Amino acid sequence: MAKKTVKQNEIGLTKEDYKGEPTTLCLGCGHNAIVGQIIAACYELNIPPESVVKISGIGCSSKAPTYFMDRSFGFNGLHGRMPSLATGALFGDTSLIGIGVSGDGDTASIGMGQFKHVTRRNLPLLYIVANNGVYGLTKGQFSATAEQGLALKKQGQNRYVPVDIVWEAIAGRASFVARSFSGDPQQLKALIKAGIHHRGIAVIDVISPCVTFNNQDDSFHSYAWGKSHEVALHELSFVPPVRAIKVHYEKGESLEVSLYDGTHIILKKLEHDYEPTDRVKAFQMLEEANDRNELVTGLIYINPKQKSLFDLYDLPETPLNRLSNEKLRPSPESLAEINQVMF
Amino acid sequence: MAKPKPESGEGSKTKKVVNEFSINIATVNGSGSQTANLTLLRAIYKMGIPVSGKNIFPSNIQGLPTWYKIRVSKSGYAARAKKTDITVAMNPKTFRDDLEDLAPGGLFLYADHIKESIDREDVLLCPLPVKNLAREAKPPRELRDYIANMVYVGVLAYLLDIQMDTLKNALDFHFKGKQGPVELNFSVIQNAVKWAEAELELESPFKIQPLDLTDGFILANGNTAGGLGTIYGGMHFVSWYPITPATSLPEAILEYAPGLRKDPETKKSTYAVIQAEDELASIGMVIGAGWAGLRAMTATSGPGLSLMSEYASLAYFTEIPIVVWVIQRVGPSTGLPTRTAQGDVNMTYYLGHGDTKHVVLIPGTVNECFEFGWKALDLAEKLQMPIFVLSDLDLGQNQWMTTPFEYPKTPIDRGKILWEEDLEKIKDDWGRYLDLDGDAIPYRTVPGNRHPKSAYFARGTGHDDYANYSEKPEDWEENLNRLKRKFESSRPLLPEPEISAQAGATNGIIAFGSTDAAVREASDHLAAEGVKLDYLRLRALPVNSQVLKFIRDHPRVYVIENNRDGQMHSILSLELPDFPSELVSLSHIDGLPLSAEWIKEVVLAEEKS
Repeated sequence: MAKKTVKQNEIGLTKEDYKGEPTTLCLGCGHNAIVGQIIAACYELNIPPESVVKISGIGCSSKAPTYFMDRSFGFNGLHGRMPSLATGALFGDTSLIGIGVSGDGDTASIGMGQFKHVTRRNLPLLYIVANNGVYGLTKGQFSATAEQGLALKKQGQNRYVPVDIVWEAIAGRASFVARSFSGDPQQLKALIKAGIHHRGIAVIDVISPCVTFNNQDDSFHSYAWGKSHEVALHELSFVPPVRAIKVHYEKGESLEVSLYDGTHIILKKLEHDYEPTDRVKAFQMLEEANDRNELVTGLIYINPKQKSLFDLYDLPETPLNRLSNEKLRPSPESLAEINQVMF
Repeated sequence: MAKPKPESGEGSKTKKVVNEFSINIATVNGSGSQTANLTLLRAIYKMGIPVSGKNIFPSNIQGLPTWYKIRVSKSGYAARAKKTDITVAMNPKTFRDDLEDLAPGGLFLYADHIKESIDREDVLLCPLPVKNLAREAKPPRELRDYIANMVYVGVLAYLLDIQMDTLKNALDFHFKGKQGPVELNFSVIQNAVKWAEAELELESPFKIQPLDLTDGFILANGNTAGGLGTIYGGMHFVSWYPITPATSLPEAILEYAPGLRKDPETKKSTYAVIQAEDELASIGMVIGAGWAGLRAMTATSGPGLSLMSEYASLAYFTEIPIVVWVIQRVGPSTGLPTRTAQGDVNMTYYLGHGDTKHVVLIPGTVNECFEFGWKALDLAEKLQMPIFVLSDLDLGQNQWMTTPFEYPKTPIDRGKILWEEDLEKIKDDWGRYLDLDGDAIPYRTVPGNRHPKSAYFARGTGHDDYANYSEKPEDWEENLNRLKRKFESSRPLLPEPEISAQAGATNGIIAFGSTDAAVREASDHLAAEGVKLDYLRLRALPVNSQVLKFIRDHPRVYVIENNRDGQMHSILSLELPDFPSELVSLSHIDGLPLSAEWIKEVVLAEEKS
């Protein structure tokens, strides 16, 4: 019998090295697909798991970090407060890659404040919202992203208009905003890769159906609706610098976005003629898609040049959490000087 | 030619009160009186007389009444004095009340443009031509009102014999040597002195005479001290949200850290400060930072502390070192946001849901604010838990005479942190919550550690010793009991109480925090009336064995505090073994610092009962 060889990436790790605990989410839950694409993206990007920090809030979505990358530090914090935890943690060592996982309740209801402020500060963080329009762990209440008129078993009809997370992120001046769909794994993986390499906040609103409480065919967050209404803005690929073999597209057929570290995102034009570099155009496109009842997916807004939170601080090369004690305590002479002027 | 001061006649018959009186300066807030008041305070201090200043101010930017109370005391008493000996009335709206408040024989200085009737004959009146004198200095129009306050500084200098060079020194300090404003303000003072020399017939019964009692002391406020202590404690990360009266603590860090915390080689900052969107975020960031191995601190007051409650539970449960400064003000609700209180003792000690209890350090002097600033960071990392530092507005924002800040005697203690090389040496599996040393304090790794065995998953949910999710009853109970053992083990590590014994004392007093000055003064007065009491000042919760011994050794102990319900009394009652001692709660809250007079009165009443 031939010896079975296990495939390894360029840093000698197998897919197994990127896995977490077995999922305890429902069979068919959209969030499992997200977990799968995070694992695939990090494996393919040759990221050492120890370089990643996973942070989440509370809810089905926020359980997800348990199910990927056991060898990464993780923190399952408070409902709606993932952004503050991530902000403090990433100051510890700014070379870490932050992956935040949140849900629609976690981000668009209880956590709206922290969500808006983390986008405004442009913290380098991949911020994935697993958006299913419903509270799962408390068994089927409307979330803030549920569409008006949605009917749920015990809740009746939803009275209110929904929050659009992508719209809010763009208004919050996030520097990378995308929407994807659990049923479109290739696009999701490319967006995750690009988001990880983006220096700043990368919000990906992933429509991720809840098969238990909100998967009716006519529900906006169901597989069936997503499959039949998804309109991809472009075919998206992520190109790491080492593989920068020129991909040739016909002029005017594609758009190339360079990220700060020399990687690129290539957006191959589909039927829409859309450039994701203008906030006003992004709002307009979202409104029109909404009117046409379309689920537009893809990279909706990007500004790779916007300063990240860490660019605004004059931090040393050595991570703050590795500074020696001598660097942390000023001299006795300096205190004597302070005592001199205290009056 | 200046008129000579009256050397004989009426003035000299009255005995002069030297270096032991209080001044109440009534102004309108936003009128710039703070510069004038601090100049007076600093000048008297520079003449070597112990002095303290208390700002009784409204929650407002401009237009409401504000008072600055300066207490000059050669005896070293720094508590709020109930009696006012000298009043400076600059606010028409409070004029009548201010006049009424003045003690008989007192000195009443007032702006002569205030047209209120004066119906007291038992005080000395001194109208001040404030507007005229200010105009003579020809200040820019927008500064006219501000520098008008220097008129009362000058007239008081003349009346009380405050030395001109000390006033100049104080102005130099205030304006950081900027000659323009120093000269402008000083010229108003000089004009006012000249006017007083020429026009005033009045002789002040109150005088300042130089002493050397401030040698070896500094003048500072607790929030600046706390901020500096934090900087010398090696903090890496501060996140905060503005709230009175805590704001000036992080602001002190913003003022001093840039000069003190640059890496000498790279010139880069060895810390970061973020003003968060609210207190939920400020403590959240601090917990994230503490988890990632940063010495992290936030500062707040009652309303902000309530918001931090859920996160405090998380930090307690996940064993993340953080420091939270609580600068108390009057609650409940918005309450009196610019007035002092000790009403958040219970909330701080028990902050959070489920079984939580926290270590609370309680500074009672400005110097201790500095000391607990660095000590809190050490304790947090050593014990891997939130450490609260409980101060209040009176200690935090007012100017106190204090011994100089002492450089930390012990090196920075980072606690049990494992880096890559430490993990290399560990043969068995490493577990985040394993109690390897039997002291209930586990070892921790921090994000950024690149060893394959370094990572663990922090969670607010139940977990086993290896940080894996667990709902097993025995895992839950064992973990929570270990947290309790850890909390209990903190008792001997915390600042010991300060005990002042008096020969012949039977009963005792327990107090804490900013009431120290009032308690000491009251003790002296009580002793003079034959009531001798030992005094224990608590400096931390949970209490240690010395506190229990003190209570056991005294048949009756008065617990004195600035709140309604006697919160410290209730904590002590709960923690106390079955002693026969009687623990009597004496608490009071009205928005003002406790006075020695009140303490003396209520203790005397108890002693007689």
